[in-house]
Amino acid sequence: MRRRQELLLGGLGVLLAFGLCEAVSRAGLVRRSYLPPASEVLARAVELAGDSVFLEGVGATVRVWALGLGLACAIAVPVGLLLGSVPLVDEAVRAIVEFLRPLPSVALIPLVSLLLGSGTETKVALITYASVWPILFNTIYGLGETDPLAKDTLRAFGFGRLSVLVRVELPATAPFIAAGLRISAAIALILAVATEILAGFGEGLGIFIAQSGLATDGTRDVLAGVVWAGLLGLVINSVLVWGERRLFPWTPEHRGRR
Amino acid sequence: MLRLDSLGQRYGDHPVLRDITLTVPDGQLLCVVGPSGCGKSTLLRTIAGLLPTREGAVSIDGEPVTGVPDRLAVVFQDYGRSLFPWLSVRENVALPLRRRGLGRAERRSEAERMLEQVGLHGAGRRHPWQLSGGMQQRVAIARALVCRPSLLLMDEPFGSLDAQTREDLEDLLLDVHRAEGTTIVFVTHDIDESVYVGDRVVVLSAGPGARVVLDLPVALPGKRDQIGTRGLPEFVALRAEVGRAVRG
Repeated sequence: MRRRQELLLGGLGVLLAFGLCEAVSRAGLVRRSYLPPASEVLARAVELAGDSVFLEGVGATVRVWALGLGLACAIAVPVGLLLGSVPLVDEAVRAIVEFLRPLPSVALIPLVSLLLGSGTETKVALITYASVWPILFNTIYGLGETDPLAKDTLRAFGFGRLSVLVRVELPATAPFIAAGLRISAAIALILAVATEILAGFGEGLGIFIAQSGLATDGTRDVLAGVVWAGLLGLVINSVLVWGERRLFPWTPEHRGRR
Repeated sequence: MLRLDSLGQRYGDHPVLRDITLTVPDGQLLCVVGPSGCGKSTLLRTIAGLLPTREGAVSIDGEPVTGVPDRLAVVFQDYGRSLFPWLSVRENVALPLRRRGLGRAERRSEAERMLEQVGLHGAGRRHPWQLSGGMQQRVAIARALVCRPSLLLMDEPFGSLDAQTREDLEDLLLDVHRAEGTTIVFVTHDIDESVYVGDRVVVLSAGPGARVVLDLPVALPGKRDQIGTRGLPEFVALRAEVGRAVRG
């Protein structure tokens, strides 16, 4: 019942926003070349689904996204486990981490392009850099939140430090890591598209958006590309949320939903 | 045999336990009673080797306890936190057997046997958080007993259960104790419970620096039962004696 209501309200919201965009453009409040009617943008977005060159671009973007996110995971989880379980190391690198973390990744695009060129390496490096932080901090936080009583229980059965890490701390932290991954997935997508837009050549969804922006009357294509980027984000998020619910049914926010 | 020799414990400058000397013979069910916050849990954690001993010594069969002793099991009050929610009930119960080097099939059948013994036949595939509080604590008891511990420590195990469930589990504990002959140290703040369950009741004084103020053997006749035993004049007298000691 609740689920149906959520779906209904969600659909209503989308319809309303769509109608508003459509009306603003059709009524001539904004020039058509600035904001084409939503129906035209949508039609173009659907049309692009049959465009093999465009799809290859989207594929390229998804590839660098996945590669960057995977690398970020491979770095952030072990480092997070280390920092979270050895306070000495944590204190030693805390200052460096706090210095690096607030650097806006988008601002690093020119620098990294200069160093690595504007190909896949640059994109992957930037995506990795930006997506490391949420996963890293969630891993550290999750470890810190592990119930001491759960650890004591295992220790009382004669298990050692490593067993406690593998059998209690890791499963207890996994939902936090997954939540960090979900945040990072969105950031990674932003970085993938933004790097492409700023680089301006090669292939990818961002390239399509950037090049359409240069063409006369290209707004419709730009917006259709943006619709695709939004759709990608939506699909990725839904898959991850679904996966979290399947993998971690015991967490308080999922318990009632089975 | 469990021995505490002038055991003292402190958190920083704050004394928690002072000069506790006790000998618990094999197979005894010892209840430790005391006002809230007097250090009963600290005592249990020290025996379990989870806290280092500050003063005095703890020994089991003459061997000083420096880490977690072999063949130890602990049941905490907070089953919701001490059972692992990512494991099924059966996996929770089977977990301690991993330390015994048993194969997968053996672990499984031992866990099922234990679950049956605590009245949870058929619940093995469910998850702890899908069970009621009383059932969860039964799971914790099954997990504690599955590797036949020689020493079982229980920290207010029935403290957060309703009266009916608590009585059922007290009787379950007595049955298990009779069947397995495990040495049990049972911490509670419930005076009635201590007399009903224990072979012997030790009362700690209010902190800081709790001491033993009463050490009382419980000689109740016959097999205990919730209605009959609690009505016996011996039970009432013992309860009064423990109550007076707890109130100081």
